[in-house]
Amino acid sequence: MKELRNFVDKIKPNFEKGGKFSKLHSTFDAFETFLFVPNTVTNKGAHIRDCIDMKRVMIVVVLALMPALLFGMYNVGLQHFRAFGDVAAASDILGCFWFGLLKVLPIIIVSYVVGLGIEFAFAQSRGHELSEGFLVSGMLIPLVMPVDVPLWMVAVSTAFAVIIGKEVFGGSGMNIFNPALLARAFVFFAYTPFISGEKVWVADITSSNGQGLVDGFSGATPLTAISEAATAGAKSFDWGTLPMDSLIGTIPGSIGETSFIAIMLGAAILLYTGIASWKIMLSVFAGGYLMGLLFNVIGGDVYMDMPAYYHLLLGGFAFGAVFMATDPVSSAQTCVGKYIYGFLIGVIAVLTRVVNPGYPEGMMLSILLLNALAPLIDHYVVEANIRRRNRRMKTAK
Amino acid sequence: MSNIIKLKRGLDIQLLGAADKTLTKLPMAARYAVVPSDYIGVTPKLLVKVGDVVKAGTPLFFDKNNPAVLFVSPVGGVVEAVNRGDKRKILEVVVTPATIQEYEQFEIKDLAKLSRQEVVNTLLNSGLWSMLIQRPFGVIANLSDLPKAIFVSSFDTAPLAADLNYVLEGELKNLQKGIDVLKKLTEGKVNLSLLAGKEGSFADLKGVEKHTFSGAHPAGNIGVQIHNIDPINKGEVVWTIDIQNLAIVGKLFSTGKVDMTKKIALTGSELKEPKYVSLITGAAIDSVITVNDCKQPNVRIVKGDALSGTTVCKEGYFAPYSNQITVIPEGDNYELFGWAMPRFQKFSVSRSYFSWLMPSKKYALDTNLNGGERPFILSGLYEKYLPMDIYPVYLIKAILANDIDKMENLGIYEVIEEDLALCEFVDPSKTEMQQILRDGITAMIKELS
Repeated sequence: MKELRNFVDKIKPNFEKGGKFSKLHSTFDAFETFLFVPNTVTNKGAHIRDCIDMKRVMIVVVLALMPALLFGMYNVGLQHFRAFGDVAAASDILGCFWFGLLKVLPIIIVSYVVGLGIEFAFAQSRGHELSEGFLVSGMLIPLVMPVDVPLWMVAVSTAFAVIIGKEVFGGSGMNIFNPALLARAFVFFAYTPFISGEKVWVADITSSNGQGLVDGFSGATPLTAISEAATAGAKSFDWGTLPMDSLIGTIPGSIGETSFIAIMLGAAILLYTGIASWKIMLSVFAGGYLMGLLFNVIGGDVYMDMPAYYHLLLGGFAFGAVFMATDPVSSAQTCVGKYIYGFLIGVIAVLTRVVNPGYPEGMMLSILLLNALAPLIDHYVVEANIRRRNRRMKTAK
Repeated sequence: MSNIIKLKRGLDIQLLGAADKTLTKLPMAARYAVVPSDYIGVTPKLLVKVGDVVKAGTPLFFDKNNPAVLFVSPVGGVVEAVNRGDKRKILEVVVTPATIQEYEQFEIKDLAKLSRQEVVNTLLNSGLWSMLIQRPFGVIANLSDLPKAIFVSSFDTAPLAADLNYVLEGELKNLQKGIDVLKKLTEGKVNLSLLAGKEGSFADLKGVEKHTFSGAHPAGNIGVQIHNIDPINKGEVVWTIDIQNLAIVGKLFSTGKVDMTKKIALTGSELKEPKYVSLITGAAIDSVITVNDCKQPNVRIVKGDALSGTTVCKEGYFAPYSNQITVIPEGDNYELFGWAMPRFQKFSVSRSYFSWLMPSKKYALDTNLNGGERPFILSGLYEKYLPMDIYPVYLIKAILANDIDKMENLGIYEVIEEDLALCEFVDPSKTEMQQILRDGITAMIKELS
């Protein structure tokens, strides 16, 4: 440790102002503070400080994403081998995982390299320290992508999310929209024909042109299937093992969003450490469930009649509720605001799913919409505080 | 018995080094000083020169903006030096004490017969007016104001704070006198806050409205108490006074002398023997704590508590408003992968560390910032440590945006630095909240003047 510190101290002057590599100061600083918590002492204000910092917060969130990521890798292999009828390979858990690892890892690398590269450049040009926010975004982006997404699309959408979604507003902490969702939305709207098809959810279908697929294979996600059935006016839908499959996660879908259980493991970490807001999580689920119940009462087609709790299991609902809606920057900041914000996300997500056949998955748009509305919600909550204060003044006089 | 005001939000940071209840009477220090920067917003104008002989209670300087407000020597002796900084700013007026202490004698009359103006004059002449702190803004009380009420707290909940029951043992008579003085100053109530279960002899004080509180720090902060008793609205002024200073005021009106002897707690993990000492305000720090009293040389000495006190160098002087000195280790060292470590020896309110599993464990926290400064990212965290109906982050943001209307609307009149100290402590973004708030208050004062 001493040697490492000495080495860092030795090269440090090169990156300081006037040094050879002073243009890389932010980058150096990011790596140095990654290795060592700096020796900065408190100057003004509280002399002692809680030992938590942004790095710790972000690393906990990344940790919470691990179950979903690991299961997602396994599921990528499983879906692939199932689609191509390789029953033996599909039952080999490690084989599936290995296949998925090789598919997912490049997406993760592209997301981090592109995103962090841009972050480094902006931090340097602003003379700021690098913010840790992208450690989480860089992991979220691959998890909400379909596995067959071309890497250049990942790169373009990550760049869009970081520059337009975050840096133009001033960087981490200033953004209005969740950057990872913005990346997903970008892919969705910029490359609609590609992303909304049925082929992207299982690895290698696009490249194989459908050769060698098992008979009757449909790469559609359950949500698309249900939505199509509802639009076609089907009288009933064969749910089969769908609820159990989506609980475990062995269905086609974005890489990290399929397994309810894996996501709940992540939720447990986030709630235990108190880093994500339980108020938001709970109210998203409550909003979605109540909206589902409301549709049950109305009834009419298979989608409306679908048991309400299916909504929470299927698609990106759980993933969005746990990891996306709870993003502390783009969500509502006030206590009351969080309940309203979360509840509306749940309601609008289910509303979009059931009523709008164009978008089989409503979660992404619902969260983005509420991201935009969150400051408004907070505004009214804070206004209420101001009114309380003013009223107190009037009664005092 | 009045109802207990239960404050649910807050945090008691368990630090090592609480003072033992043994009292050491310190001998006369080699130097005493009055330090203008201890008084917020005061521009000093000297009344003495180097070499002048002064008594305890002789004015040394006055405030240029409020010429009637005098600042007096805590001891009798000779003015040894007037230390100046940049632009000849007066940093400290140093007095070497004489072997035999002489006191300025102020006229004492029967308090009941004195008018408000006479009481005010006595306080001004004796220099004890500066002990009256007004809210909003936490500055020395303005002469022309008639405060809505006066608030006194009989307990301090800050980390390692002095036990005021112990400190004020035997001072009940002076306190009662002090309260009678305060009653002359306001037409409203004089409020005394007590800590539930630890009211002690303060419960015997008469002529005050008593309020009992329970809860963790910052329950002992006067601002938090005022907010929960009778919050300050725009345009209103209340006064506060530290209870030990109140006893000094009481003593003045009984004896006619300014006797700034105080009992203070010497605390902190780096002291070999944390204990109580009695000293005279303004005493040189090196007469109170020497290198030999500390476990190691790399320490920070804080006058006040570890959350909102001010750093003082070894050549500095003890401040008039605090009741404790805290000695904590400097944290100017690197920690390899610190942010990823379990850090059993550090404290955090976050459950991503393990300190929450050991609620009674005490810590020797150092002054490391434990991270880099970042924009506000987390929400909902700060409110848990401020038992007031105020959104601290929105207030801080209003100050950063220099939005005077917003500051006013979001409650800047009700808080001073110490009230946001816990928010600053827990902040993973390491924002300098106390400094930002003081800047906001300064902007507010400018706006209103």
